[in-house]
Amino acid sequence: MSRANIWLWLVAASIYAFLYVPLAIVVMYSFNDSRLNAEWVGFTLHWYKALLNNQEMLTAARNSLVIALCASLSSTILGTMAGLAIHRYRWKFLPVLVFTPVAMPEILLGVSLLLFFLQVLNVTLGMVSIIIAHTTFCIGFVAIIVRARLQAMDDSIFEAARDLGASPWQTFRLVTLPLIVPAVVAGALMSFTLSIDDFIITFFTKGVGEPILPIQIYTMIKVAVTPEVNAISTLLMLLTLTMIIIAARLEARASSNRNNSRQAR
Amino acid sequence: MRAIVAKMLVGGPPLVFLLVFFAAPSMIMVLSSFRFPGEFGGLAPLAAPEGGTGGDYGLTAEAYQFFFSDVIYVEIFLKSFGIAMATTLICLVMAYPLALLIARSEKRFRNLLVLLVVLPFASNFLIRIYAWMIILGPESGFSHFVNAILGVFGIAPVTLLFSPFAVLVGMVYVHLPFMVLPLYTNLEKHDPSLLDAAQDLGATTWQRFWRVTWPLSLPGIFSGSALVFIPVLGMFAVPDILGGTGDILIGNLIKDQFLGTRDWPFGSALSIMLTLAVLSVAGLSTWVARSAMRHGQ
Repeated sequence: MSRANIWLWLVAASIYAFLYVPLAIVVMYSFNDSRLNAEWVGFTLHWYKALLNNQEMLTAARNSLVIALCASLSSTILGTMAGLAIHRYRWKFLPVLVFTPVAMPEILLGVSLLLFFLQVLNVTLGMVSIIIAHTTFCIGFVAIIVRARLQAMDDSIFEAARDLGASPWQTFRLVTLPLIVPAVVAGALMSFTLSIDDFIITFFTKGVGEPILPIQIYTMIKVAVTPEVNAISTLLMLLTLTMIIIAARLEARASSNRNNSRQAR
Repeated sequence: MRAIVAKMLVGGPPLVFLLVFFAAPSMIMVLSSFRFPGEFGGLAPLAAPEGGTGGDYGLTAEAYQFFFSDVIYVEIFLKSFGIAMATTLICLVMAYPLALLIARSEKRFRNLLVLLVVLPFASNFLIRIYAWMIILGPESGFSHFVNAILGVFGIAPVTLLFSPFAVLVGMVYVHLPFMVLPLYTNLEKHDPSLLDAAQDLGATTWQRFWRVTWPLSLPGIFSGSALVFIPVLGMFAVPDILGGTGDILIGNLIKDQFLGTRDWPFGSALSIMLTLAVLSVAGLSTWVARSAMRHGQ
């Protein structure tokens, strides 16, 4: 190994450490038998027990789960449609509408929706306004994934289906849909994670009644930090990690299926 | 005819949804920036209130005048640009060697190494900021360590948390993957035979990097920089949690107008200014990237 390579490895290792040590510290202190996140005292599960007895936190977790499920469902449907439409029909302004919310600072979407809900629609903010807000920015992420998948495919298979007498609906149901399913599932998992993690847009479109998980965490961080925050953080990390592993498994299975069918031909 | 029906069936629903919940709210924000603040916060009614000052439609450019009347707002904008610039540079310096290493490592390790960069990014955004609250806290081992070193040089102990330093660290930590990914995508596509050719022609390691790899990676640098710079410019949560009272940026200013003082017209005007800033940065980076590409050829 050359000297330049050793330096490169050292730098890379320290950057990986920079990425992981902070999260490891959060996890570590969630098992620490002390109110302060300062020094290691001893092992305890106390903070997890406290979490399970924290009624507001449990409600917040349930609310966030409901929001994430609804938002990922609606954004997956709309995002898949948008991805198909952008790929197939090459509309000029649909891509602008779909991709701008992904690219701009989240705070802008948050405040403009706040204004819109209160000023124009005159509705009370709550779960529904959060679901709509999350859907707005998740559509773009789903559309990006679905479109990438469509671009990687050979358009001639759709033409072949049409030549063999399939109606547009049959072509979609029997050819397009089975091919894009991995992308749709990946998009759904991604929007679920984005929704359950989102703080900024939720912060502006939340109501006063229902507690929401990221807002709850924010309040705990700002007002009274206890290792309960570490405990909920650790659980959330486990949840996202599981989602990522599922997504990776699905993707791996989809690609091995592709290879198998290619070999069979 | 059937083609148009199909087109509307596929593209129609997302189009309508985004027109209602993205385009319309954006328009409303532009309009709100030209209205009077309401007596109890929010917006005043559109019909001119109390004797009809300021035109018959209740519209005014007051919010924008207010922005330029006090130097503090311009200062906060400049400070936000400074933080965004510094964050982008630090991310670039950290991400480049990492992306280069991943791109030049064996093919079977590449996906794993990229996944390891993205994985922490999948944990909750607030948790990633909170982690630095622990590390930089006054009683933490890291703080004691830094102050011990400063003590050797006879410098008085410093508080790391709630400072511009903490804001910068948090910004870099939260946005680093946005720089690594586009850089890696670019570097991975480089043809290794170019470097071999340079070596055969007698170029040193440094020359090979500076004259071959670096110019070819400019598009990756520009897209990564835009992906870091733009979100940092509007970020309020990092300064809110890690910064002190003096460390507010544009995002915090906007947040306060909507949820604190409830001066909606001014908040809308600030949001419009932020949008313009973002658009010019995005336009500028595209333009610079294009002309850099042209020079490279």
